[in-house]
Amino acid sequence: MTTTDHAARAAARRSAKPGRKVLIRVKRCEGPGKPSRFETFAVTIERGANIISCLQQIAANPVTVEGTRTTPVVWDSGCLEEVCGACTMIINGKVRQSCSCLIDEYAPAEGDVITLEPMSKFPVVRDLWVDRSRMFHNLKRLRAWVPIDGTYSLGAGPRESPDAQEARYKLSTCMTCGCCLDACPQFLLAESPASWDTSFVGAQAFGQALLFNSHSTGAQLKNDRLEVLMGPGGVVDCGNAQNCVKVCPKEIPLTEAIASLGRAVTIRGFTRFFTS
Amino acid sequence: MSELRVIVVGGGLAGLAAAVRIAEAGLPVDLFSVVPVKRSHSVCAQGGINACNEVARQQGYSEYEHFDETIYGGDFLADQHPVLEMANWAPRIIDLLDRMGVPFNRTSEGYRDLRLFGGSLFKRTHFAGATTGQQLIYALDEQVRRYESEGKVTKYEFWEFLAPVLCDGRCVGIVAQDMRTMQTRAFRADAVVMATGGCGLVFGKSTNSIICNGAAAARCFRAGAHYGNPEMIQVHPTAIPGADKLRLMSESARGEGGRVWVPRRRGDTRAPRDIAEADRFYFLEEKYPAYGNIVPRDIATREIFDICVNQGMGVSGENQVYLDLTHKDPDYLTRKLGGILEIYEKFVGEDPRYTPMKIFPAVHYSMGGLWTTYTPGSYAPAAPRTKHKSGSAPPLNAAIGQGMQPGALNNAMTNIQGLYAFGEVSFAYHGANRLGANALLSCIFDGLFCGSSVVNYVRSEGVSARPASGMQPGAFDAAAEGQVKAGAALLATATDAPGDKATNPYVIGKELGDEMTAACTVVRTEARLKQCLVKLAELKDRYAKVQLSDGAGWSNQAFGYARAVGDMLAIAEAIAKGAEVRKESRGAHYRTDFPDRNDAEFTKTTLASYDATSGAASISLVPIDASLIVPTARTYGKKDTEKPEAKAQPAGAV
Ligand SMILES: Cc1cc2nc3c(=O)[nH]c(=O)nc-3n(C[C@H](O)[C@H](O)[C@H](O)COP(=O)(O)OP(=O)(O)OC[C@H]3O[C@@H](n4cnc5c(N)ncnc54)[C@H](O)[C@@H]3O)c2cc1C
Ligand code: SF4
Ligand code: SF4
Ligand code: FES
Repeated sequence: MTTTDHAARAAARRSAKPGRKVLIRVKRCEGPGKPSRFETFAVTIERGANIISCLQQIAANPVTVEGTRTTPVVWDSGCLEEVCGACTMIINGKVRQSCSCLIDEYAPAEGDVITLEPMSKFPVVRDLWVDRSRMFHNLKRLRAWVPIDGTYSLGAGPRESPDAQEARYKLSTCMTCGCCLDACPQFLLAESPASWDTSFVGAQAFGQALLFNSHSTGAQLKNDRLEVLMGPGGVVDCGNAQNCVKVCPKEIPLTEAIASLGRAVTIRGFTRFFTS
Repeated sequence: MSELRVIVVGGGLAGLAAAVRIAEAGLPVDLFSVVPVKRSHSVCAQGGINACNEVARQQGYSEYEHFDETIYGGDFLADQHPVLEMANWAPRIIDLLDRMGVPFNRTSEGYRDLRLFGGSLFKRTHFAGATTGQQLIYALDEQVRRYESEGKVTKYEFWEFLAPVLCDGRCVGIVAQDMRTMQTRAFRADAVVMATGGCGLVFGKSTNSIICNGAAAARCFRAGAHYGNPEMIQVHPTAIPGADKLRLMSESARGEGGRVWVPRRRGDTRAPRDIAEADRFYFLEEKYPAYGNIVPRDIATREIFDICVNQGMGVSGENQVYLDLTHKDPDYLTRKLGGILEIYEKFVGEDPRYTPMKIFPAVHYSMGGLWTTYTPGSYAPAAPRTKHKSGSAPPLNAAIGQGMQPGALNNAMTNIQGLYAFGEVSFAYHGANRLGANALLSCIFDGLFCGSSVVNYVRSEGVSARPASGMQPGAFDAAAEGQVKAGAALLATATDAPGDKATNPYVIGKELGDEMTAACTVVRTEARLKQCLVKLAELKDRYAKVQLSDGAGWSNQAFGYARAVGDMLAIAEAIAKGAEVRKESRGAHYRTDFPDRNDAEFTKTTLASYDATSGAASISLVPIDASLIVPTARTYGKKDTEKPEAKAQPAGAV
């Protein structure tokens, strides 16, 4: 976040008055294959309100600004503190978490409008709820785990320097929210799981591949991961647009991950060439 | 086909640890969760996980002292043997998590770093940045994914548990519903592990995730499972007030030196920075010189509540006090507490490294839960010992099997055969008050240690000779049918008309939360609890006529919420009734009309059972296992009530 951003947000917060009415415009869709439409709701803003508290208000009394009764908006959420990744949606055109989206910053004045849309790269289940199973599938594809010997007592894990720990920790805070994929020009909507094994894995998977390759036990599967990343949908498909890193709420060093995996894949390519 | 299998309901730390252990033993696992397991509430845990460690050990700490602290912290309400086993396993659990790749913070030499947490004078809390729960659940999630890709675990995510299937007194499966398609069906299993977490939503706003509604536990309760100590609800002293949620400010903020204060003069309007030291009232430090700001949660909560509500000394006259870290080095704070300080800044807009935070208590954790049994281990002193002198040599080593018998079939089993309860949904370990950073431990311990009991049970003769897969379909069909009918009836209430407020599920849910927060949190009285039960009866009546605003047969969240409100009412009633029956004060349960602990009558579990005909909860008191440590007054060295044992603090301990 830039300092001007920060200052603008702080200024908006200071000017916002509790009790004002704000318009929440929601893109709605009753289910896969059904048409979409927009509905607008007027919501009274209390102190500390965020998108979630507005949607909760709407659920209790689902009436549009035109006075039409409708159904409560369907959306996904969990932790409400930007750590589970569930509540991701497109807010005023930008993909982000809705729980950490404060109304005072987005709509400080009476009558301001906030538009909510579902993420664009994942199939819509209903309204703002999308199906992100593909991200979890990609973690399986990349064997994103540490292959331990089992759960019996075998002593401590490897020692690690604070620097190495910090680097891994940062990568490990990825909450599978999918912002980086939604913003990526190379990552496209793929409804059918049949195509997931060959379509672009995206930045989230790159971050995770690097995470497990950086752990001394995790690195035992490094070559398997690199094989996947050399194949269709791997690092070569990345166009380096760097949209991903700009929208990642956890500031995960995705471009570094892509660069580092790109190098590893090249080296792996050479070794394979000379040994096969 | 007569394959044996296990259902695990819940993919938080407890459920994932169970799935790993059971799959590893070679039994197929079906794992159910209302959210993708990686998004379970366990991600919220910030502070850390407790275990004895080499550094603390060399300063005089031991597994035994961890056990002793947990019993003392829980105000002597927990059955003691299981707690001993858990404390003895804790260092092994940390090692295992370490091997799984959890990025625990490190010292400069590369060892695991430690921090101080409430209820101990030793550094025994391991942590990974400020998102320890997230890091632990990810590590277990990854191991489960590994088994999933080998076909040993099958995930049912966005599936909601509706009821256990019982046959001849044995739990042989569950009924569940796909939250997207809304298909309802029965699943067979030879054992079912409930690992569905806590019930914060019963109180409306809490520090919990929005999915922690306690409905799954309520559904077991209504099917005949007992519920233990429902009234034991922990209110966390330090949360950030918010419109949708009360976000936790982790205890680690106090552990890292955070000081709690209010201006000495009521109505002091100066900015905190302009208030001189002498004009600040550090009330915890003054009242509890030994522990200061790191007194356990219930004590801190009541003191903050007292300062604001009774003495009217809250900052700006509101219900809030300062939690101040501004005297610490900002870089140090970023390193040690980065994540949680970010949460404050993100949701309040002020930087806690430079401006003291404003906080107030919030409902946080349920010590109560599904009642479970166990087989005690080998440790059987002739008489219970007196409180352990902190830092002195432990009376026994930490060998396994002294607290609970490893692999005994009934460890963590409810009163229903084959139905287990792991993690926060269970009533075990924490008694009347949970110590910070002990919950993550109990969840993983349940999964790993009691997971073996599930395996042994499923493979025991009585069960493996009559596997669920070979049973007649009758019980399964009937159970599924019952749920399908109930669901259809609820869905049929949907109306386009501007519904009556009184029967709006969201309005009922809101009133329930407000009432429970007012009557059943920090301070309780007979009169207020009676009033609360009247209100709950009114809400129950209104709920009987509940009306949905959405009749869709696809991904209908209003329907799911409305169904859960009925279950939350059942848990709420058990909580209020338990609080009424317990005419004493103990741990998190504080009655102004009975301000003292009454060991003779109430060193007992309040056991709630559900009467299906009347639809009401009834409470009985059952004895606990207090054979290892004699109850002593729990004072944490408070100055004005100093008792002899409170002087037993070690010299030189951190
Ligand atoms: C903000 C916060 C911070 C905390 N910090 C700490 C800490 O630092 N240290 C510590 O030790 N403890 C901490 N705790 C407590 C600790 O996080 C929890 O007690 C623990 O994570 C609970 O884990 P669990 O596995 O029992 O349940 P959860 O993680 O809550 O998981 C429950 C699972 O059950 C599933 N489920 C629920 N209902 C159903 C249903 N009807 N059908 C199907 N599935 C269902 C959910 O989808 C989920 O997968 C904290 C708690 C909070 C709220
Ligand atoms: S850098 Fe690669 S992964 Fe990131 S947005 Fe661009 S194409 Fe997508
Ligand atoms: S890398 Fe960042 S944006 Fe992408 S899924 Fe992870 S947290 Fe979300
Ligand atoms: S609800 Fe978890 S990130 Fe918003």
